[in-house]
Amino acid sequence: MPQASQAQLDPSGAPAKSPMTFALGEFWKSFRKNKPAIAGTIIVLLFIFFAIFAGFLAPQGINDQNIRLKLQPPSAAHWFGTDDFGRDILSRILFGARLSLRVGFLSVIGSIVVGTLLGIIAGYFGKALDVIISRFFDILLAFPSILLSIAIVAILGPSLNNALVAIAIVNVPVFGRLVRSRVLTVKEEEYVMAARSIGMGDARIIFQHILPNSIAPIIVQGTLNIATAILDAAGLGFLGMGAQAPLPEWGKMLSDSREYIQTAPWTVLFPGLAIVLVVVGFNLIGDGLRDALDPRMKN
Amino acid sequence: MFYYSIKRLLMLIPVLLGMTLIVFAIIHAIPGNPALTILGTKATPEAIHSLNRSLGLDNPWYIQYFSYLKDILSGDLGTSIQTHTPIASEIWPHLAATIELSFIAMIIAVFVGINAGIISAWKQNTVLDYTAMILALIGVSMPVFWLGLLEQWGFSIKLQWLPSIGRDDIRNSVDPITNLYLLDTLLQGRFDQFWMVLRHLILPSIALATIPTAIIARMTRSSMLEVLKSDYIRTAKAKGQKMVWIVYKYALKNAFIPILTVIGLQTGLLLGGAILTETIFGWPGVGLYIYNAIQYRDYPVIQSGILVIAFIFVMVNFVVDLLYGLFDPRIKYR
Repeated sequence: MPQASQAQLDPSGAPAKSPMTFALGEFWKSFRKNKPAIAGTIIVLLFIFFAIFAGFLAPQGINDQNIRLKLQPPSAAHWFGTDDFGRDILSRILFGARLSLRVGFLSVIGSIVVGTLLGIIAGYFGKALDVIISRFFDILLAFPSILLSIAIVAILGPSLNNALVAIAIVNVPVFGRLVRSRVLTVKEEEYVMAARSIGMGDARIIFQHILPNSIAPIIVQGTLNIATAILDAAGLGFLGMGAQAPLPEWGKMLSDSREYIQTAPWTVLFPGLAIVLVVVGFNLIGDGLRDALDPRMKN
Repeated sequence: MFYYSIKRLLMLIPVLLGMTLIVFAIIHAIPGNPALTILGTKATPEAIHSLNRSLGLDNPWYIQYFSYLKDILSGDLGTSIQTHTPIASEIWPHLAATIELSFIAMIIAVFVGINAGIISAWKQNTVLDYTAMILALIGVSMPVFWLGLLEQWGFSIKLQWLPSIGRDDIRNSVDPITNLYLLDTLLQGRFDQFWMVLRHLILPSIALATIPTAIIARMTRSSMLEVLKSDYIRTAKAKGQKMVWIVYKYALKNAFIPILTVIGLQTGLLLGGAILTETIFGWPGVGLYIYNAIQYRDYPVIQSGILVIAFIFVMVNFVVDLLYGLFDPRIKYR
């Protein structure tokens, strides 16, 4: 127990730190120095706050229509103006944060779970399974992601949930390949060989050694992928293949407002700005996490 | 090099076959009977049965797949439900429009992206560097369709500088030869039309180029930063060579491999982004072709459109793979 004895000998008398706490401490020290990453964290936390408390923050309901007030420019009563049904755009954007963040987080979690599973099977067990899974990844990656998502939504039917599933499927190979390459590296490490030589089973080796050593790149890629998932969901919504009316999904809001761009440009401006801001936030966090968790990936 | 090319080409076969299988599976998984879609809801069961038989839809899936594969290999991409025209004959003008748009977008992305990345690395930690990287960050975070709408609002509606829709003016339309309008107008010596086509290209190609430009700029910066620290660059500086010369002649060549990879990968993004850009700008490319097919549930067109775009993406990456050796002779082909 070298760590315990070191801690006991610690002249400062501080309580013993586990390796995990130590790693988290190191990570936080590096992450908090990264100003853009902190800015990104603040932006994302703000949007999460909007999403959770939209019911309290929104001045109006998402479907409160008032035709007499349609296409009103931004004013004290309607900070972001109103749309063609006289609905308050700010309220719809605040509620829309729920939809976009839900698609971003859930689709990436789905891709990570399936991708990690396939990546581990391919990398750890190798042979024919590796060939089959790797070729499957190659084939999926041969399609531009938005086109494959469109094709999948065509099967499932256009809806926000189906767009979420499509985006998750399209991103599976991204995580699958990443995990596979980590597994190939880690399984040749001496400590894994040692674990195997003392009779440790495959499942224990995978969960105790291989997975923990693959988490850093997965977190980095996951954060960056939330950004692209939000963009893809907005794109699908814009094409009518994602969220359906009257859901206040930002891409759908843009597509519904595009014919009013000449007379009411604010209907297009604010939903787009919301998308850009939240995506910038996740990209900044992703870059910061990469620098803090995996300095080798920095450049 | 020759053997490597052949080997790489052979390795493409399973990927291309897999692509056809996936597209085939997706279209067959779509709920609803294609015969019913073609004949309409008033069709009698006998008519549906007879069309099912003539389309081969009553065969097992693997027979249908092999027949589909045979058709593709003989250049038959199916028939559009909407226009009743063979897709192979009607897709080319759309494909040419997409190729022209993507090509110009890629030129913009490569030119602006590489130069922005170089300046950023060269002037590291200066205002120039920060500005370029903030712009690149916004660029990768920008929805293409939003930028397209803003461009239309600013440059077409407000300033009225550039056209917002289509490839040419209805009253001065181009006589297609190759359907690549820039080339066609040059071949015909119609420089007035060349200028008109170019003006139509500006807004959509800038919108389409945004994300690739930003990604290429970020990649070039990090790649250049690494190369600029190397010994041979320090030696060149010590010998008093001009910095512009060092950066563009020596450093860029060595930083180019990762940039080239990114350029290859961005082709997919460009071709995928085309569906959004073309929808906004009424650009009659494959993207708009697929978008209209989606609205009409014209599945053969969706199927073939996606397949053709994926095929181009795979081939571009194949060419990029072969180009590595040209830019870096240290790479040995085995």
